Amino acid sequence: MSGPSADWDVALAEGRFLLQRPVGGGDTVFPPRAFAPGTGAELEWFEASGHGTVYSATWIQRKPPEPPYNVVLVDLAEGARMMGRVEGVTPETLQIGMAVKARIIAGESPMIVFDPVEQAHG
Amino acid sequence: MGDVFPRGRVSVAGASTFGVGEMPGHSTIEMAGKAVQLALADAAINLAEVDGLFIALPDDLFAGLSLAQYLGLHPRFTDNNRAGGASFMSHLVTACMMLDAGYLDCAVIAYGANQRSSGGKLSTPARPDRWDAPYNPMYPLSFYALAAARHMHQYGTTREELASVAVAARLWANTNLEAFAKGPLSIEDVIASRLISSPIRARDCCLVTDGAAALVLTRTDRAKDGPRPLVPVLGAAAATWYNSVTQADDITITAAAESGPRAMAMAGLTPAQIDTVQLYDAFTINTILFLEDLGFCPKGEGGKFVASGAISPGGSLPVNTNGGGLSCCHPGMYGMFAMVEAVRQMRGNAANQIAGAKTALAHGNGGTLSAQATVIFGNAETV
Repeated sequence: MSGPSADWDVALAEGRFLLQRPVGGGDTVFPPRAFAPGTGAELEWFEASGHGTVYSATWIQRKPPEPPYNVVLVDLAEGARMMGRVEGVTPETLQIGMAVKARIIAGESPMIVFDPVEQAHG
Repeated sequence: MGDVFPRGRVSVAGASTFGVGEMPGHSTIEMAGKAVQLALADAAINLAEVDGLFIALPDDLFAGLSLAQYLGLHPRFTDNNRAGGASFMSHLVTACMMLDAGYLDCAVIAYGANQRSSGGKLSTPARPDRWDAPYNPMYPLSFYALAAARHMHQYGTTREELASVAVAARLWANTNLEAFAKGPLSIEDVIASRLISSPIRARDCCLVTDGAAALVLTRTDRAKDGPRPLVPVLGAAAATWYNSVTQADDITITAAAESGPRAMAMAGLTPAQIDTVQLYDAFTINTILFLEDLGFCPKGEGGKFVASGAISPGGSLPVNTNGGGLSCCHPGMYGMFAMVEAVRQMRGNAANQIAGAKTALAHGNGGTLSAQATVIFGNAETV
């Protein structure tokens, strides 16, 4: 039997972004645990909606001509927070508070990145 | 129960730094060992009397064992608890409890690092965890940048306010012989310095220096007969909330909001009764966060507080009177140097002595705003 982190990796490789919550309700848990932090309650997996909001952001500078890249913290709609990267944005367009949606980049080491969500106008 | 502390019953008998700035040709244990020798001489205590060793080194997982070997001692107890730059304040908590209980009679806390001479970059075995690492944050810099960016967003803290922390530190350093970075530094200089991980620029970052420091602790009844002015420990508390600051509820509130009030309650003091503050300024945002969390100004107003000149020479709250990690020294885990400067202030022999200071707070930060520890020192009048 593998631990929760390895189980999470398996799901991600299958294209699923999993989070945990206490059986019977409670705060969403990420990164994965064997039991709920703070209470020890039993956890169950569920699939994240992928929706989130940028909580903070930094642009890491590189030696020109390499462009800077961003590292963000994302508040997931379900309640947990994770580190991430927002794709297709610039230092001018990436804003704290902007809506984003998770996307899984497949490959040998699959990873979650975020794309800006077009806000409905009107 | 909990938080029962032997207020004033343990004191600093000896304190010393060694090799602050550049000290080429020394290993970390040699640096730490030399600081211990100097601190024991300061206390007029023989090496053979030391029975407790507390240490963290950047490059040695078994530093407590190495220090026992280097000093040629068979200590009753060694502790190399690692809470980053807050390690040494945590060591002091343990040492005070053990001394007061009579388990130990003479404890030494030590640190030494040669990161300037050995490579010129921050020397740390710490890395981002597996959940953060795929995004390639600079460790630890980007984690502080995320806190700074959020603080600016949430409270309107400005780039200029952040810069004013570095300027205040430099003003103190300019009149401290021991300080490594001296010379004029303006708000404009800081803002024009190289952007590294926004909003943090080069002059928002602490120095990369060599340096070692040590404290000798005994029960106060013994320290009273020592050669130096009495510096009793009035309170000390460590708080640990997580490892990666990614997991903070609110990234603008650190565990200093817990360690500070707990230490002050032990000391029986309020922030208004603290005469000088020595805190771990790894980055300019740290000073703002910790002054807020420790209760010296309301949350969100730290930027205005530091920009007002309050923390600069002549200000209402002298902060980092040695120049801090930003301009005095930063060998990698700065906590020891905050404590040594607080002790010097209480003895009355600091380079930038605050007239009439009777209480000093030293605050350490470890990890990425993860572990916080606060120590309050007094002088003979406070016990």
